[in-house]
Amino acid sequence: MKLKQLAFGVATAITAVSAAQAAESITVVSWGGAYTKSQVEAYHKPWMAETGNTIISEDYNGGLSEVKSQVEAGNVKWNVLDVEYSDAVRGCDEGLLEPIDHSILPAAPDGTAAIDDFIEGALPECAVSNIVWSTIFAYDTTKTSGVEGIADFFDLEKFPGKRGIRKNPKANLEMALMADGVAAGDVYDMLETPEGIDRAFAKLDSIKSEVVWWEAGAQPPQLLADGEVIMTTAYNGRIFNAAAGEGQPFEVNWDGQILDFDLWVIPKGAPNMEATLDFIAFSTDTQRLADQASWIAYGPARKSSGALVGLYNDGKTEMAPHMPTAEANLGNALVNNFEFWADNQDELNERFNAWLAL
Amino acid sequence: MSDTHNAPVIAADGTPLKARLARALFRRKLDAFLLVSPLLVFLLVFFLAPIGWFLSKGFHDDLFSTEMPNTSAVLADWDGTTEPTEAHYAALVTDLVETRKTRTIGKVATRVNRELSGSRSLFTSTARKAAKMEAPFKDALIKTKKDWGEIAVWQAMKAASRTFTIGYYANALDRRQLADGSVVAQPEERRIHVKLLIRTLEISFQVTLYCLLLGYPIAYLLATLPNRTSNLLMILVLLPFWTSILVRTTAWIAMLQSQGVLNDVFVFLGVTPDEARFSLIYNKLGTLIAMTHILLPFMVLPLYSVMKGIPPSYVRAAKSLGATNWTAFWRVYAPQTVPGIGAGAILVFIVAIGYYITPALVGGQDGQMISNFIDFHMRRSLNWNLAAALGTVLLLVVLTLYWVYDRVVGIDNMKLG
Amino acid sequence: MTSGPNVDAFVEFERVQKSYDGESLVVKDLNLSIGKGEFLTMLGPSGSGKTTCLMMLAGFETATHGEIRLNGRGINNIPPHKRGIGMVFQNYALFPHMSVNENLAFPLQVRGLSKSETESKVKRALDMVQMGAFGNRRPAQLSGGQQQRIAVARALVFDPELVLMDEPLGALDKQLREQMQYEIKHIHENLGVTVVYVTHDQSEALTMSDRIAVFNDGVIQQLADPETLYERPDNSFCAQFIGENNKLGGKVIAIDGDTATVEFDDGATCKALACNCEGVGERSLLSIRPERVKIESSQTPDSVSARVLELIYLGDHIRCRMDVHGHNGFIVKVPNSAGHAQMNVGETVNLTWEREDCRALDVI
Repeated sequence: MKLKQLAFGVATAITAVSAAQAAESITVVSWGGAYTKSQVEAYHKPWMAETGNTIISEDYNGGLSEVKSQVEAGNVKWNVLDVEYSDAVRGCDEGLLEPIDHSILPAAPDGTAAIDDFIEGALPECAVSNIVWSTIFAYDTTKTSGVEGIADFFDLEKFPGKRGIRKNPKANLEMALMADGVAAGDVYDMLETPEGIDRAFAKLDSIKSEVVWWEAGAQPPQLLADGEVIMTTAYNGRIFNAAAGEGQPFEVNWDGQILDFDLWVIPKGAPNMEATLDFIAFSTDTQRLADQASWIAYGPARKSSGALVGLYNDGKTEMAPHMPTAEANLGNALVNNFEFWADNQDELNERFNAWLAL
Repeated sequence: MSDTHNAPVIAADGTPLKARLARALFRRKLDAFLLVSPLLVFLLVFFLAPIGWFLSKGFHDDLFSTEMPNTSAVLADWDGTTEPTEAHYAALVTDLVETRKTRTIGKVATRVNRELSGSRSLFTSTARKAAKMEAPFKDALIKTKKDWGEIAVWQAMKAASRTFTIGYYANALDRRQLADGSVVAQPEERRIHVKLLIRTLEISFQVTLYCLLLGYPIAYLLATLPNRTSNLLMILVLLPFWTSILVRTTAWIAMLQSQGVLNDVFVFLGVTPDEARFSLIYNKLGTLIAMTHILLPFMVLPLYSVMKGIPPSYVRAAKSLGATNWTAFWRVYAPQTVPGIGAGAILVFIVAIGYYITPALVGGQDGQMISNFIDFHMRRSLNWNLAAALGTVLLLVVLTLYWVYDRVVGIDNMKLG
Repeated sequence: MTSGPNVDAFVEFERVQKSYDGESLVVKDLNLSIGKGEFLTMLGPSGSGKTTCLMMLAGFETATHGEIRLNGRGINNIPPHKRGIGMVFQNYALFPHMSVNENLAFPLQVRGLSKSETESKVKRALDMVQMGAFGNRRPAQLSGGQQQRIAVARALVFDPELVLMDEPLGALDKQLREQMQYEIKHIHENLGVTVVYVTHDQSEALTMSDRIAVFNDGVIQQLADPETLYERPDNSFCAQFIGENNKLGGKVIAIDGDTATVEFDDGATCKALACNCEGVGERSLLSIRPERVKIESSQTPDSVSARVLELIYLGDHIRCRMDVHGHNGFIVKVPNSAGHAQMNVGETVNLTWEREDCRALDVI
C-alpha cells in the first residue's frame, strides 16, 4: 500500500515536471456527438499539431451549474466551454466567466479586423462565437411528404402522429407563435405580453398529447430513425449529419427556424490561461471556422469564412445550402433574443414546467 | 457491589473503587471514540457539513444584502408602500456602480428577477451606465429606464434584501412572499410543486405496492426452495443490481417504446393495430414499470432474509390446529413477515421518493417527480436556494412518514437482514 | 400383522413406504396399529424413519405407498387441517406474534367456536398445564419449560382424539425434562387421549409409554411395552439401544429346546436363552444386563472368571469394568448395599447370571 502510494506520488511528480517542460494540457468541454467531433477535427487536431499541446475533450449537457460549482469551490478544471448565448451573457454578468480581450483574435485574410469580421452580436464581453446554429424541424421523407412550413408541424389533422420537441420553453414558444401566423419580427414583442404567452401555450396545447420530449441533441435523429415520431424539432447540424453522414432519409424544413450562436467561454480562474487564449484565437480564425463547416452543417460566425466553406467531408455534398445562414433558408427566420430569455426564463420555465406536468 | 452505602469500597491500591472503575471505563470509552473518530470526522466534513450548508440556502440568502449593502440598508427602513426617496436612488446607484465593477451585477439581477420576472435587464443595462450618472439620481435612473419609477421594482428589491427569507419555502409550496412579508398563493398557471409532491408520493406508494406484490412471492419461493435452486434464482434477482441504472432504463425504452419489442409483439398477435400502438413509455406508466423493476431487489432482499428465518413448523402447526392453507398463511405466516415488509417498503419508498434518472429518461411529461425539479433548479436555472427548499420539503415529508411508520408499526419491528 | 382394517385399532399404518428421492426408502413396509387411548412412542436414532412416520400421520408428508387409517378411515388424501390431530413440535412452534391466549384460541377460532366457549376452553387448557396466570404474555417472555406447557395445552385445547409429539422435550435441560415427562404422562392419563410420541431418548420412552416401537433403518425392530422391551429384547439392536447391555460374541455349538450353548473365542462355553440365533454353527451375540450379573465369593460350575480392570464409584452403585473371555468392556453394576463385595483392580473374581438373563441374539 505504502509502496504504491509512493510510486503514484513519484509518477505524478514526474508527469507534472515533464508536462511543465514540454507541453500544456487544456480541457475543452462541448456538447458531444457529431458536434464535438466537428470541433475535434477542425480545431483540436490542427492546434495540437501546431503547438504540441494536448486537449482533453469532455462532454456536457449545457448549463452553467458545473462552472458555478468549480468557480465557487475555487477548483476550476475546465479551460474552454462551448455555451449557448444566454449562458455566455449570464455567466459573464455573474462573474463566472473570464472577460476576453477580443483584440487577440486574428484578422480576416483580407485584413478586416476580427471585431468587424464577426457577425454582429457574435462577440459579447466574455465570449467568442464559433458557429451559428439553428433550431429547425425535420421529418423522414419516406414516411412524410408535402410539408410546407412550420404551421404543418403544429397541424395534427394534416399530419397525424407524434412530434419530438425539446423539453424547454426556449424556441418552442417562438415557433408556436410563428406557426400561429405571427410574423418573425413581431414574435418577441408579442411574447412580452401575457396574451402573447397565452397564445403560444395555447398553440403548444394543441399538439401536447402527441409530443415526445427530448433533452439531448442526439435524441431527435434517433427518435426519427426509430419511428417514434414523424416530425421533430432539432438542431440543424444533427439532422444534416444523420442525413449526409449516415444516409438517413431526413429532410430539414427551414421555415420558422430560430438562429442562435454557440460561443467559447473561459470559466473564471481557469488554469493555463495563455494556452487557453491561444486555442480560442486559433480555433476562431477564418480558415478553422470554415473547416468546421465541412464536418457539420453549422454556419461560421465570421463573414469571411463563408466563401471558404466547401464540401462536406464525404467529398461530394456542397455545404453552403445546408447552412442556417444561407440566403434561401432565411425566408422566415428568427434570431434568438437573448435579453428576452434572460429576463423571462425563470417565469417561463416555471410556467412551462407547470404546463408540462398538468 | 458494596455491602453498605455510606462507606466507599476501596480498591487494592487504596483509591476508591468507584474512581478506579470510572477511570478504567473512561479509557475504554476513549479508545472506542478514537476508533470511530476517523469515520465521524469524515461524515462531518464530507457529508453533514455540505448537506447542512446546502439546506441552509433554503432560508438563508445574503446575496443581495452582501452585494448591495447601501441599498439594503435604506430598504430596511422603507415601509414598502411609500414613494422611494432620493436617498434610496442614491444608494442604489452607488451599489450598481460597485457591482458592475466587481462583475456581480448579474447575480444581483438574477436574484431580483426571481422576485419580479422581467427585471433582469433593467439591472444589467442600467449598471452599465450607472458610473456616469449624476445627482439627482432619481431623475437620472428614471430617465434611463422608466421602470425605476415603479414601486414593484423596489418591493422586489426589498424582498430580495432579506437575508433570512421564507420566500423559497413559500415558492416550494406554490406560494410567494410579497414585499410586506405576507404570503399568497401563486397564480394558477405557475402552481406546480405541491402537485408534483403529491404525484411523487403517489408514484412512490404505487411503486412500493407493486414491488411488494411482485417481490413477496419471489422472496417466498427463494426462502423455501432448496439452497442450490434458490442461489440461482437469487442471482437473477440481484442481476439488475450489477447493471448500470442507465443500461437498465435504456433497455426498458427498447422494450416499451411504440416501435419497441412489446408493441411489436402486440401488433404481431393482433392485440392492437399497427397504427394504434400502446403508449407504454414516456409517461407515468413507463416510470412505474421501470422504477418497479429497478427497486424490486430492495424489497426482495429484506423479505427473503426475514422469511428465511421463519421455520416451516409454524405453518405446519397452524395447519395441524385446523387452519386452511389461506388461514395459516394469513394469520400465522404473513404477520411474521411484517418486519420484512416494513423494511422493504421503507427502503423502496425512500429510494423511490428521491428518484430522478429513471423518471427523467422515461417519464415523459406526466411521469416527472419532484427530484427532477430539484435537478432542474440545480443544473439549469441555477436557483440553488429553491432547490434547497424543495429538498428540505422532501426531506421533511420523508421524516414525517418515517415518524408515522414508527408510531404505527414500530421501527424496531423493522428487519433489514 | 395381517392386512385389512383392524377393528380395534385407532391409528393404523398398513404396508407404508416412504421415499424422498425415488432411490432409497426411508420407511420400509411399515405396519403398525395403535389402540385408542394408548401412549405409543416411536423410538430410534436419528434417520431411522420415526419422524417421517409421524409427519405422514400428521399429513405433512405423503406416503409413497401403503395406507394410513385413522379411526378406520383412510386419511391419505385428507389435508392436515382436516385430520383433527393435535401436534406438539420440537421447537414448540408457538406463534410469536400472538399472546398465549391467542395461541390457544387459534384452533378454536378456525373451528368457529363462540367467543365465550373459546375463552372457557382456553382457560381450562391453561389451568391444566398450570399456566393460568400467563395468558397475556408473548411466547418470547416465557421460559423453555413454560413454552413447552403452552405448546401441549395448545395441541389439546380443541379436544383432539389423537396428539402427536415430535421430540417435545428435546430442548429442555435434564431436570425439567424429567418433570415434564411426568406431567405429560399425567395429562395423558387424565384425558384418555391417544398419544404418538417421537423421541430418541430411551429413558424418556421407558418412563412414559404404554408401548414403544423401536425404529432402525426404516423398520420397526420391536414393538412392545417397556418392560418386555427391556427384559426381553428381540434382537441385538433393541438390546443395545435400550438400557445398558453387555455383549459377548461366540458361536452356537448346540441348541436344546430354548437353551443355546455358545462357545467363546477362547474356547470357554456358556448356556444362554436361545432367542434370535440362527442355528448351530452360526455366530451369536449374548446379551446380559450389567445389573443382572452377580459376583460370587467362590467358583461354581456355572461361574465365569473375570479380571477387574476399572472401578468407578457412583454413589448408589459401583461400576466395574472387567475382562470376560477376552471382552474387556464387560460392565458389572455392584449395588452399594451393606456388606457388598470388596474388589480391587487387577484381581480375578467369579461372575454368574441366570440363564434367562443371558439372551443369545443375532449378530449386527
